[in-house]
Amino acid sequence: MIEGYPESMWKSIEKVHKTRERRLEEVFKRMEIGESDELLRKFHPDYKEDQKRVVKVGPSKGMKMPHEVADLLEANPLIDPSEIDLSNVDYDVDLLLIGGGGAGTVAALWAYYNGIKPDNMLIVTKLRHGDSNSMMAQGGTQVADRPEDSPALHYLDTIGGGHFTNNPSLVKALVADAPKILKWHEDLGVIYDRDEEGNFDEISGGGTSRFRLHYSKDYTGMEQMRVIRDESRNLDVPVLEFSPAVELIKDTNGQVAGAILSNLETKEYLVVRAKAIVLATGGFGRLHIQNFQTTNHYGATADGLVMAYRTGTRLIDLDSVQYHPTGAAYPLQIAGLLITEKVRGMGAVPVNKDGELFVHPLEPRDVEASAFIRECYERNNGVETLTGRGVWLDSPLIELKHGRGTVGKSFPAMHRMFERFGIDMSKQPILVFPTLHYQNGGIEIDNQARTSIPGLFACGEAAGGIHGKNRLMGNSTLDYNVFGRRAGISAAKTIKNVKLGKLTLDHVTKYRKALAEAGIKTERKAPMILPEYRGKEALEKYMDLGI
Amino acid sequence: MATKPEMAKIYIMGKEHQVPKELTIMGALEYAGYKYIRGAGCRAGFCGACSTIYRKKGEYKLYSDLACQTLVQDGMRLVQLPFVPAVKAKYDLGKLDVSKNTVLEYYPEIARCVTCNTCNKTCPQDLEVMEFIQAALKGDIEKSARLSFDCIQCGLCAVRCPADIKHYHVGQLVRRLYGKYMSKKSKNLEKRLKEMAHGKYDSEIDRLTRASKEELRQIYKSRDIEAAK
Repeated sequence: MIEGYPESMWKSIEKVHKTRERRLEEVFKRMEIGESDELLRKFHPDYKEDQKRVVKVGPSKGMKMPHEVADLLEANPLIDPSEIDLSNVDYDVDLLLIGGGGAGTVAALWAYYNGIKPDNMLIVTKLRHGDSNSMMAQGGTQVADRPEDSPALHYLDTIGGGHFTNNPSLVKALVADAPKILKWHEDLGVIYDRDEEGNFDEISGGGTSRFRLHYSKDYTGMEQMRVIRDESRNLDVPVLEFSPAVELIKDTNGQVAGAILSNLETKEYLVVRAKAIVLATGGFGRLHIQNFQTTNHYGATADGLVMAYRTGTRLIDLDSVQYHPTGAAYPLQIAGLLITEKVRGMGAVPVNKDGELFVHPLEPRDVEASAFIRECYERNNGVETLTGRGVWLDSPLIELKHGRGTVGKSFPAMHRMFERFGIDMSKQPILVFPTLHYQNGGIEIDNQARTSIPGLFACGEAAGGIHGKNRLMGNSTLDYNVFGRRAGISAAKTIKNVKLGKLTLDHVTKYRKALAEAGIKTERKAPMILPEYRGKEALEKYMDLGI
Repeated sequence: MATKPEMAKIYIMGKEHQVPKELTIMGALEYAGYKYIRGAGCRAGFCGACSTIYRKKGEYKLYSDLACQTLVQDGMRLVQLPFVPAVKAKYDLGKLDVSKNTVLEYYPEIARCVTCNTCNKTCPQDLEVMEFIQAALKGDIEKSARLSFDCIQCGLCAVRCPADIKHYHVGQLVRRLYGKYMSKKSKNLEKRLKEMAHGKYDSEIDRLTRASKEELRQIYKSRDIEAAK
């Protein structure tokens, strides 16, 4: 009897237990570049050509992307511009921040430090302030602060992990600002795990050549986000919750000048006029690309991509999706949820159904994920579940290497999650399979977080170019801090010189025309705002009586 | 073809629904036709958006948990809390004096704690909530920060507390006090910031930004990798 697991898995788990001892010594060799390239081509979901298409409309017309993303770009607006009264402005502010996660909140704070009063700002978000992928980040934040490390090595790891497709000036900004961000966090009172001297405990992640991950147990994202949010609350930065932007407004001079919001509860629309907009709407995990499960929060539906695209911004690297190698594969109630890379950073290794090693535990994420898929579906060495397959992550190794109690101490969130479903991950391995984790690409920005449309800034997961075709662990929490900060500073500077013209939604009308001219006839509407998870039977009888 | 799942009878705000037994409370509400606007956030136990209060079949006791992390049970009667209207103190962290009992000043109601243990029984994270409030009351910031660290700020403790303590906000203040004033600072970071202010790595990074992809590949391949711990 193995607690928490069905009988069908017991034999395999026993093999994992039996082979553990020798894994203390055994190391699986890292792949050469040529070898990993071929693995990616054959097994990474990004390389399935039938899962993508060329988008037929807009400024990045001709760009290949997953069908799920193209579907959103080739969709009708939610609003009819002729029904909106733009002369009746509900909120007139200097700075509108769309998205209440890490990037948007950091941008608000840095706009404040650069002279924008909280009264002249507005954060709008579709869920609650802080509901975001930032809150869920577990593993850590990369900062090259140890004497053995350097920002240049951080640069090299980041651009190599991105297969040399990253925008160099954005990577430079990322690594150069990293120590400043960490210092800022210290000043705000963010708690990190440290040694007795006060230096940070640091471990390595996939594709990093140095121990560089700074963490707060496995609640790193939550600790950063709740402190940043607390600071924003102390400053009285106004936040409209459950009121997502559904379309951007421009002015007659072609600059971005506000947004239409929807109050999700009263269904009223609201008009915001703003001299600058920071778009920090996050990524696209909840589109479930290629039907993958996701680690992402409920609102990750790429709304910002759609809205920005209609104003004329270019997109970049949207063909590239990050599948995190270790999503939970069992129990099904938590399928797809994140098992942080830090679990491997602390010594757990992936093994197949026979307890054999098949890949180095810390390859870059896309390579690691591809190796898992190969092991399950080409070599047929995966463990069957009711809905698919998975490989074991031998988590009990952590305590063999670092002592008893380490799992509970270093991974309270993970330990707690599995315990809720009857599994003690310090004693039993856990079953994992790649899960949709991150939008590598996004809206094109420069190193000041400017898009190609005046007045519009983008940061966080919504923006692209920083990570190229593959992001390294610990670079997304860093990214939202670095580019959130830069967006806030740039926006604050810009605002001083802005004189808005007349508000208009002409770009939306034009976009509709362009859809028709491209021969796209569809009932689809976008942005999506919230994904659909209602039961089929309930939906079949759904009838909105307008009561 | 999958066999028909075993069903459970649950009562969502009093209304009866048949839902597959293997679903979480959140999955069950969606299965039953509810589309979340409030009450769902990260869906993974990190955000505290889906606090749920429920009663089990034949029991009078009220339980609390997260809807995304709890399985339904036959006969369960439940309601989710969309919002907790608890007041948060506002402060300028930079001006606080950690040597005084700052927490008591901003949250004087912690002195009303009657150590009834309700918060501990309520916490879906199973934290020692009462102990971190008691530690804060005694001015033991370090202990209070440590015990409250895993708090996801769902607010369930504050809703049930007979003394009207806002435990989850208190925890936020003590952790920030600890992080800013009591946690030792990193010398490595200080040193790195100084080096960077003097432009120590500028030329090396600039060289990398100008390198061709082929050159970069070579440098990347030959970089030495620190041995895993």
